[in-house]
Amino acid sequence: MFSFEGFLDLPLIWYGLIATAIFLYVLLDGFDLGVGVLFPFAPSDQCRDRMMNSIAPFWDGNETWLVLGGGGLFAAFPLAYAVLMPALYIPVILMLLGLIFRGVAFEFRFKADAKSRHIWDYAFHFGSLAAAFMQGLIIGAIVQGVKVQGRSFAGGPFDWLNAYSVMTGVALVFGYGLLGATWLVMKTEAATQDWARKCASYTLGYVGLFLAIVSISMPLMNAQIRALWFGLPNFFLLLPIPTASLVLIIMIWRDLHSGREYRPFLMSIGVFLTAYLGLAISLWPWLVPFEITFRQAAAAPTSQSLLLIGTVILLPLVLTYTGYCYYVFRGKASHEGAY
Amino acid sequence: MFENLDPTLLARLQFAFTVSFHIIFPAFTIGLASWLAVLEWRWLRTGNPVYAEIYRMWVKIFAVTFGMGVVSGVVMSFQFGTNWSVFADKGGNVLGPLLGYEVLTAFFLEASFLGVMLFGWNRVSSRMHFTATIIVALGTLISAFWILSANSWMQTPRGYRVGTDGLLYPTDWLGVLFNPSFPYRFAHMLTAAYLTTAFVVAGTGAYYLWRQRHLKHARVMLGMAMIMAILVAPMQLVLGDLHGLNTLKHQPAKVSAMEGLWETQRGAPLTLFGWPDQEGETTRYALEIPKLSSLILTHELEGEVKGLKEWPKDERPPVAAVFWSFRVMVGIGMLMIATGVIAIVLYFKKRLFDTRWFQYWCMALTPAGFIAVLAGWFVTEIGRQPYIVYGLLRTGDATSPVVGTSIAISLTAFVIVYGFVFSAGGFYILKLIAKGPPSEEQAYGDHGVTKPPIVIGGKGAQHV
Repeated sequence: MFSFEGFLDLPLIWYGLIATAIFLYVLLDGFDLGVGVLFPFAPSDQCRDRMMNSIAPFWDGNETWLVLGGGGLFAAFPLAYAVLMPALYIPVILMLLGLIFRGVAFEFRFKADAKSRHIWDYAFHFGSLAAAFMQGLIIGAIVQGVKVQGRSFAGGPFDWLNAYSVMTGVALVFGYGLLGATWLVMKTEAATQDWARKCASYTLGYVGLFLAIVSISMPLMNAQIRALWFGLPNFFLLLPIPTASLVLIIMIWRDLHSGREYRPFLMSIGVFLTAYLGLAISLWPWLVPFEITFRQAAAAPTSQSLLLIGTVILLPLVLTYTGYCYYVFRGKASHEGAY
Repeated sequence: MFENLDPTLLARLQFAFTVSFHIIFPAFTIGLASWLAVLEWRWLRTGNPVYAEIYRMWVKIFAVTFGMGVVSGVVMSFQFGTNWSVFADKGGNVLGPLLGYEVLTAFFLEASFLGVMLFGWNRVSSRMHFTATIIVALGTLISAFWILSANSWMQTPRGYRVGTDGLLYPTDWLGVLFNPSFPYRFAHMLTAAYLTTAFVVAGTGAYYLWRQRHLKHARVMLGMAMIMAILVAPMQLVLGDLHGLNTLKHQPAKVSAMEGLWETQRGAPLTLFGWPDQEGETTRYALEIPKLSSLILTHELEGEVKGLKEWPKDERPPVAAVFWSFRVMVGIGMLMIATGVIAIVLYFKKRLFDTRWFQYWCMALTPAGFIAVLAGWFVTEIGRQPYIVYGLLRTGDATSPVVGTSIAISLTAFVIVYGFVFSAGGFYILKLIAKGPPSEEQAYGDHGVTKPPIVIGGKGAQHV
């Protein structure tokens, strides 16, 4: 049976690939979930039409990264998938239900008559909100550790629920709100854009606050993470990450008040990248903290090898035509029904 | 509250519910995507606006269906873990890469180019738009390839070994992919999807003819659908027969359940109808045709067919469900073939488009494909029980460590949400059908735009 085990560190490569896929999901679905979070606060129905049109061609592709994250985890680290899904049963199901409501809203909203359209406006908003909140909550639950016995989850049905995970849930809602608002600054104009700038400034403040809380609380909660970040020389090596985060937040603030259209979105991506890196470093090398490492969870070398061939060929292709689609729909979104 | 309920049964019910709902949408979009590609091709070749107008009507229906397929499909990618985590752990080495390839080769392709297909009219050339339609259609077929390979492997596992740790390890990837039941299941399902679409289109065309609306479009719809009924429905009978013989070879207990046959015998009769009694080990009130079962399954009048009593009680699938689902599927298949035959007769009498009773017939068969597809999946999935991976891993041993209450609540939530959301989707599809293809005057959207939407490089079309 063929395998690249002999000359490639397969589990490490797959750890990197899955981490990348999840990060791309967070960014891409992040901005369109964020648009859903901000949706009911928009000043007019015309604004809402523009907001919807700015993401309608992309949401489906964006959500596919979640399927890649889930499917990829199953393929490359089946043990982690098999432990995490039962552990996070309720929040995962609630997230999925949220995604259903907001996903169908794209099509249904334009098909509905004026009377029932508001149903799908709310479905879009509350679905996006629930999905964003549950994703944040899932992260908060995972970083606190998962009970495992043998090869199975061994905790209770509500292990994921506590004040900390609720806090990270709220934090991600604001995070996605920031991505969504800066996306709208880039993709809309006039009144919608002015409103989006205000939303971006508002959410930015909360993002800064929550980032600070998480950065301080994670080392306090776990000795291992504390040792990692505050030992020497690590402290100085890792210092650039929170510093970059802080600098980016200040720069976004200034850009939002100076009329720039593209940079706030790009720098919001930067903020997410620093936060994600910080999280990844804290949890290294755990896939199921603090029980199963990525090496223990790895699929058979031949399975990881087979999918690696396809990934090396197909992922650049996927990124290329995803880029092409963003290029086709470049420029400002209109409020007219699109097709 | 739900402590007495068996978590495995609940997990099966919940999975059956979400996957049954999901399969309805791909069964429709696979056929619809290919048909849209044909329509756009006809339009580009002939310049006949009727094709474009039909396309623009059905692409909206496609978008609604596809959206529902995506959201119900995202659910499926998590359900292996939430419901069958032991299966995910043990079978992940084999099945994981297949699902990974499905995402990489199909889902991204469909999702990305669907955007161009729906919203790209004014932004790309007509050639590029056609390419996008073809890519989406190919994506649906590629997706079917991987997921049916994975499902077939669970029916007829090959190319693996059982490790000392109890996990399954692949030993031959081509053996895994092209396992014995895969070619049959793939062909049978694609054909089923095409027929499903054809009968929805036929029903719609017949409805317009009956109401004397959109006659030009209705003739194209009914005509193209009848070509499918005439050519593909009989082909499906042959494919189904081959698939059945393949099942007889690899999963004989499933076939015995389909036949409702308990005693192994030569010259076995075909039971048309009856009530299989699992406990009493007999099929009651059976209406039989002598020797026909032997003839169909062994192609000999006196061939031996195995009865369910060959297997111990805990190795038998639930017989009544398999038996009845099979009859529903075959019955609808026969109605589809009959539709094709009637269409030929009416065509030569030059009455295909104005025979009132045939219009009712086609309208009545609009949902036929969906029912047949679901029934067919019930046959193959329930017939695989009590195994999740046939002969290797029992369903009862594959369940996630999730308490029954959680599953019962999630099942309830799925029933309520799917019931609401997908009824709304069905309602909007019916609304789109009732509205019909855009007529000449209002062909290009509702914004007072009177020029054609597809003007190469023509942004101006929007601002007339």
